[in-house]
Amino acid sequence: MSEDIQSGLAEILEEVAGVAPADATPEKSFTEDLDVDSLSMVEIATAVEDKFGVAIPDDELANIKTVGDAISYIQKNRG
Amino acid sequence: MTGSITLQQGAAGARILGLGAYRPRRRVTNDELAQTMETSDEWIQSRVGIAERRWASEDESLVDMAVAAGGKALAASGLTPGDVDLVVVASASLRAPIPGIGPQVAYKLGIPRPGAFDLNAGCAGFCYALGVAADSIRTGSARNALVVGVERLTDVTDLTDRSTAVIFADGAGAAVIGAADEPGIGPVVWGSDGDQHNAIEIAAGSSTMTMAGQAVYRWATTKLTATLEEAMAAAGVGPADIDVFAPHQANLRIVESMTRRLGFGERTVVARDIVQSGNTSAASVPLALTALLESGEARSGDLALVLGYGAGLTFAGQVFRLP
Repeated sequence: MSEDIQSGLAEILEEVAGVAPADATPEKSFTEDLDVDSLSMVEIATAVEDKFGVAIPDDELANIKTVGDAISYIQKNRG
Repeated sequence: MTGSITLQQGAAGARILGLGAYRPRRRVTNDELAQTMETSDEWIQSRVGIAERRWASEDESLVDMAVAAGGKALAASGLTPGDVDLVVVASASLRAPIPGIGPQVAYKLGIPRPGAFDLNAGCAGFCYALGVAADSIRTGSARNALVVGVERLTDVTDLTDRSTAVIFADGAGAAVIGAADEPGIGPVVWGSDGDQHNAIEIAAGSSTMTMAGQAVYRWATTKLTATLEEAMAAAGVGPADIDVFAPHQANLRIVESMTRRLGFGERTVVARDIVQSGNTSAASVPLALTALLESGEARSGDLALVLGYGAGLTFAGQVFRLP
């Protein structure tokens, strides 16, 4: 389950921010390690919403710092 | 009850007769900003796509810039000031809102006693004003109208705050419109999302603007494609018919995102005036269009799709033929 989410998220990261799928591992920080800026985070959030059917409001988005944070958020909120 | 109200006959349609712009003299590069704040050319270009912007000097007031742009639009239209009977000035950066500047702009252009007022719909102001003016001609309330978008956003920006100072800028753009048998301006499609009223604001007691960048970016890239599609449908055209796409120049990444989603043909020219002008709010659409006409990338008779969106949150789009 979490592997599906991780690979789906990796696809989004590659498409939106040009992150190599092998780099999209749970401990990575979006801004520090993967060089994803705040506007790309919005694009990632909207792509995640479309792909996984979860809502990520801006205040929740602010708490998602790492790939692992995103995976657990999706796991917790997916219908 | 005696007497009945009669209505005047309006025009079949309205069209743009002339466009004009005023760009402040002072050019401010990213490198100049990087000398006084923690930022860099690379950071600014990658986040918002701006290379340089114009900042107005003291002798380039809102009225001065509106008159300069309006005068050029009038000259391009071939009309005389006496032909104009409606003046609408869109601006969100009046520091002293009483009186509105519409009447003074008209007076300085020699337009005799027109209907004149200001309109504040944030960065959507020009497109709102154009819709109001075109409908006034359609209904017979006006024969010819001058529409101006003018801003001195540097007056309402904290120029030491890198989150806004690198983005906002100054300038003016104007259009003169008149009656036409063949409609040259499509219906305006406008709306608002007032639940996000504080996403872009000058908070009570403050004199400078703040912007919730992520919220506005998300709104612009997810909610407004539908408005652009509605504006095209309302005018009876599709993406393949559009020669020029000139959305409000808020952020180059929003321009590119909208362009990708709309699926234009290869010949569609996309306005990227933000690179040279920054975000000039209500002035950005006419500034971008005049730049494309001056460079020859756009031509007279081209079909343009425009969209304004910003503080309110407000949005308005329409299709029109370039003069």
